[in-house]
Amino acid sequence: MKICVCVKHVPDSAAKITIKGKNQFDESINFILNPYDEHAVEEAVRVKKQVGDSEVIAVSVGKKDAINTLRSALAMGADRAILIKTNIRADSVITSRALKAAIGQDGKPDIIFTGKASIDNEGFQTMYRLAAALNMSVASNVIAFSLDQERVLVECEMEADARGIIDMPLPCVIGTSKGLNKPSYPTLPAIMKAKKKEVKIIDLESLAIEKPMSSIEILELKPAVEERSSKELKGQPEEVVMQLIRVLREEAKVL
Amino acid sequence: MEKIGILIEIKDGELKKTNFGVIAAARDDCHELYAFLLDGSGAEFKSHLAYYGVQKIIDISSTEGPLEWNPVSWSIAIIHAMEHLGINTLLGLTSSQGKELLPRIAAYLDAPLVMDCTDINLTEHTVNKSQFSGKTIATIKANGLSYIYGIRPNAFEEKPAPCEAEVIPYQTGPESEGLIVKEIKQGASKGIDLSEADIIISGGRGMKSSENFRILFEFADVIGAAVGASRVAVDAEWVPYSMQVGQTGATVSPKVYIACGISGSVQHFAGMKTSGLIVAVNTDPEANITKNCDYYIVSDLFEIVPILTRQIKEIVGEDQLTGTK
Repeated sequence: MKICVCVKHVPDSAAKITIKGKNQFDESINFILNPYDEHAVEEAVRVKKQVGDSEVIAVSVGKKDAINTLRSALAMGADRAILIKTNIRADSVITSRALKAAIGQDGKPDIIFTGKASIDNEGFQTMYRLAAALNMSVASNVIAFSLDQERVLVECEMEADARGIIDMPLPCVIGTSKGLNKPSYPTLPAIMKAKKKEVKIIDLESLAIEKPMSSIEILELKPAVEERSSKELKGQPEEVVMQLIRVLREEAKVL
Repeated sequence: MEKIGILIEIKDGELKKTNFGVIAAARDDCHELYAFLLDGSGAEFKSHLAYYGVQKIIDISSTEGPLEWNPVSWSIAIIHAMEHLGINTLLGLTSSQGKELLPRIAAYLDAPLVMDCTDINLTEHTVNKSQFSGKTIATIKANGLSYIYGIRPNAFEEKPAPCEAEVIPYQTGPESEGLIVKEIKQGASKGIDLSEADIIISGGRGMKSSENFRILFEFADVIGAAVGASRVAVDAEWVPYSMQVGQTGATVSPKVYIACGISGSVQHFAGMKTSGLIVAVNTDPEANITKNCDYYIVSDLFEIVPILTRQIKEIVGEDQLTGTK
């Protein structure tokens, strides 16, 4: 079985974002493998072990540094990797087309795993665009996954803790959520071994993607204003609770 | 006059109140609003939707009757209705259902999609949304032939604008391409969803155990709040992941967010920073959350929360007796 995992190189959530110019940011900060994609890699490796005679290929669209994120995926157990290198900040339309082209060149997979969202742009859509481009079924927010010959059975998170049980044919695209599994942290030998695994680098331009009719353009980036006055409510417990109730009633008007 | 489509969400037979914020976001003097309903309840909610300014209610069903929930057939039905009516802009909620349907529709139409919009200009096709865990606000322009937008629940205030509405039935062929919804399992935590709640009370490391969350649920029951949790509480398996607020959990914008025993990491703020009022209860006066909230109480949550529940219970009880609420 051929399994692809699409991963993204994203700024560490703890890193400070410094805006440069009108719509850029200082990228000399720590970048990581997108946390939701860790669950995708973990599941791909688990399925490979379960099925046997399978290969896991990690694929990313990004700048040359995204190779570090691919190395993380390799250390977690992926067999080889493909980096689609570009200097643009690709939107989901371009990303899904690039992934389709590169994955198509490599040979059509049976399953594609990817995280349900990237923590930088939070677009929630690349897996759906990729599935549409490849004409595959897709389910996202997946918290349970099992294979049954030519079909997959997944549980998807819905509102208020409800779960949708979905049955789909292979090949398909799966958007992984946090509840699916617990990613294992790579051991030192695994990290060393990952350095020797194959990473194929393809220039985005060389894929000759037709210019799409739709796009997303970031016109401006601004820091989110955080101005909260942080007043302390003081006194005995009964008194502070009375003060808090006054705030809920008069200021928030929820009582 | 431009036609704007709005995907309406129904939960447990009721119109979700967050729909009204989406209608407010779509409304403009030069727009005609089309509400899409897919569960056969179009006629039932006619007066509600007309009160908020919806002129046309598109009651979508299949030739075989009401559409059962299936994200593929629902998406295709909406696309067919949009094409039939000549609508090329669609708004919906960035909710669980919206995250299932809007990207599918955008992918099929090859249309630009921006989720979690907090501001919108339908004429310029520009929106605002937060990026990088809420650290920045991006102004984004969508280019394309049609446009799909997911609105953050509670980002827009509902605004009544009564008008006359007309219900238009629309039938579509039953279609599903391979994907079958076998069953929907209801969760253990019934009640209000985090993204819908006006008030959220959340617990973190300070809760110390799964059992202790009971005091937050007791508060929530009295006031109709939802209960959330920090990542620490979820990773410790005190509560399920569906309760997690923050970077890798839910993004919420309630009117009031009460953080109990939560230190307030950057990742937690990413999920709740756009709340109306943030209140923190923490024994540590130096906790990060006390520097970036509206009100904080330096005290033991196990003492404060039960008193708060009891006092609110008294107020709610009085209101019910005197009939003021």
